[in-house]
Amino acid sequence: MIELNFLHSEKDLIDKDGKRIDGRGLYDLRPLKLDVGLLDKAEGSAYIEHGKNRILAAVYGPREAHPKHIALPHRAVVRCRYHMAPFSVDERKSPAPSRREHEISKVIREALDPAIMSEYYPRATIDVFIEVLQSDGGSRCAGITAASLALADAGIPMKGLVAACAVGKISGKIALDLSDAEDKQGEADLPVAYMPRNDRITLIQMDGILTQEEFEEGLSLAVNACKDIHNRQQEALKEKYLKIKKEVEVEPKMAGGN
Amino acid sequence: MSVTPHLPPIAMLGQKTIADMVASGRRLDGRGLTDYRPLSIETGKIEKANGSAMVHLGKTKILVGIKVEAGQPFPDTPNEGVLTVNAELAPLASPLFEAGPPSENAIELSRVVDRGIRESKAIDVKKLCIKEGEKVFVVYDDVYVLDHDGNLIDACSIASLAALLTAKMLDYEYKDGKVIYKSKLSALPIQNNPVAVTLAKIGNNLVVDPTLEEEQVMSARLTVTTEKNGKICAMQKGGMGELSPQEIKDAVKISLEKGAEIRNKIIEAAK
Amino acid sequence: MTEQVQNKQLVSPGELLCEGDYLVGENTFRDVDKVYSSQVGVVDFSEKRVSVIRIKGPYLPRPDDLVIGRIVDILMSGWLVDIHAPYPALLPASEVSSQTGRQVSDLSTILRVGDLVISKVLEFDRTRDPLITAQGPGLGRVSTGKTVEISSAKIPRLIGRNGSMVDLLKKETRSHILVGQNGIVLVSSESPEGERAAISVIKMIEREAHTQGLTDRVKALFEKEAK
Repeated sequence: MIELNFLHSEKDLIDKDGKRIDGRGLYDLRPLKLDVGLLDKAEGSAYIEHGKNRILAAVYGPREAHPKHIALPHRAVVRCRYHMAPFSVDERKSPAPSRREHEISKVIREALDPAIMSEYYPRATIDVFIEVLQSDGGSRCAGITAASLALADAGIPMKGLVAACAVGKISGKIALDLSDAEDKQGEADLPVAYMPRNDRITLIQMDGILTQEEFEEGLSLAVNACKDIHNRQQEALKEKYLKIKKEVEVEPKMAGGN
Repeated sequence: MSVTPHLPPIAMLGQKTIADMVASGRRLDGRGLTDYRPLSIETGKIEKANGSAMVHLGKTKILVGIKVEAGQPFPDTPNEGVLTVNAELAPLASPLFEAGPPSENAIELSRVVDRGIRESKAIDVKKLCIKEGEKVFVVYDDVYVLDHDGNLIDACSIASLAALLTAKMLDYEYKDGKVIYKSKLSALPIQNNPVAVTLAKIGNNLVVDPTLEEEQVMSARLTVTTEKNGKICAMQKGGMGELSPQEIKDAVKISLEKGAEIRNKIIEAAK
Repeated sequence: MTEQVQNKQLVSPGELLCEGDYLVGENTFRDVDKVYSSQVGVVDFSEKRVSVIRIKGPYLPRPDDLVIGRIVDILMSGWLVDIHAPYPALLPASEVSSQTGRQVSDLSTILRVGDLVISKVLEFDRTRDPLITAQGPGLGRVSTGKTVEISSAKIPRLIGRNGSMVDLLKKETRSHILVGQNGIVLVSSESPEGERAAISVIKMIEREAHTQGLTDRVKALFEKEAK
């Protein structure tokens, strides 16, 4: 079914009971679903549903650098491509990469690189592909969350997982995890990628207007959300293997029957 | 300019095993020569699209999104809607795919899927006319290959049809050169169900629905698209090998039969 | 010295394993006084060392590794071989037994593109591609059998302690099984059933390598078949 976006009038982003258009409170994360290892050909893969975002991430490598001249002598080259499907947004988008997709590809690569132990694979490349199948605000963050899982799924050594989430300002209030409609009408958007292992931020961008206090409130809200998402990432990575363990490891039978 | 491709060499031992098995009527995964791999079709997962379908054909995975938007008609068909099919071989689907503008394989794939839909008049394009010579609906069929394990043409055509059959568009009013959408949803005007069936020639045999491994061994492939009344609406030979006229006739017979089976599965899934 | 997780627990990258004076084993790293996992895998605390047995990951060649590779290109003085590593391997013409002391104008008469070859890793370091040899007993071109690809991380489990697991498989399925450290396994048997059974058990071992009691389950499987 298509989104009946054109039919919404300019609703209040926060109603009198403090609820947002989709019924959430200011600090509520949208529903999140993570699935790891679903593609056959890619070395590592992960799929995320975050609100209405539907994003697929895949990793190839480490593999031989093509063309050879991009190879680095002391570490693997990390390449990242963030791309949106034409049907992923309200108005069909041309499949050719836009300037926005180029910028996002860069900031995502820079968000993931600190986590990858690239010194293990000099002269090779590690390729990260993020395909946005449906977008609804916060897609670069959801893409990073999925890409971290895809890297771990590929068995590439990492110093930690990177989780990402955006905060913003709607109707004068700082809120967590803006949807597309909220972002379009809101006063600020602040995506953050965070590595809980060593308490470090690897991506932060802002557009809009925020006071220093608002910014700090937003940052701490985002970091806490990233910690929650990080727990979900760890669960998702182990889920498949725990399931197999449970299936095959049975309790030893009691000697002598009964 | 099209250039002989530099294909990654596959193991000779594997090639021989596949060829020997096919000669004795069996395939590596246990299928018969005219069996399709397990097929699953799931529609409607991309809500922002007018229609969508996710197809798994064996390990091959395809996602199609349909978008319907108002646009201009072509000058020579002023009262007909427009169909455009674009297939992307996403680099995440295979180590063989690179990022960049569509390769000749992506373009061929788009055009073969398009041909089946267009020639069978699957979409009643006259019903997509808003104002003759000025405005019509454009149907964008964007095909995404997400995991490549062979037979992309069939998988993409199955996904396209399933997405078209389940796509919805808003009722509208045309006032002062603007399309004003109302709230009622209706189906797209679909009046035929084209199905592509691809066969690969391995040695002297034809096998239906080749896996990636089989495609790497085959000398040629033939895709035959048939429509609901048993007519052929598209055909495409691919690969650098040769086919005899009898092989082609045999392929058409097999395509009609398997095409009908697949057609039923798509219609079932679209309910 | 404190352990933060239980021995044999499944861990993920960045997960804290222990604090204190532990020796850092494979797939772990130290940050000041804390040791973390760098992979998805099973943690192993033994004596004063902590390591993680990873589930998946790229194959990095080590000298003396037996590998099964595929010829992908013919060069001036040898062949380029795909050994399923991040780097292609070089097999010099001088390292193929029929060539000692002879001049050959056409290397493709010895090994063609697409041929499978059993080799040993001679050298590998981070500055150059691995060098392999096909000279020696048991090495050279493969002419029969089926190959199975599994994660190179599971090879130790497939081999077993002192080869116990792979020997069990060879005996019970009456097959020749050659295990490449790079995750490629060559299976050949006179009985097609034996070959099928061997391949199916190899895949089972790959799937369950991270669990306990695998050896017993494999033994039980064969005992059941024998009945």
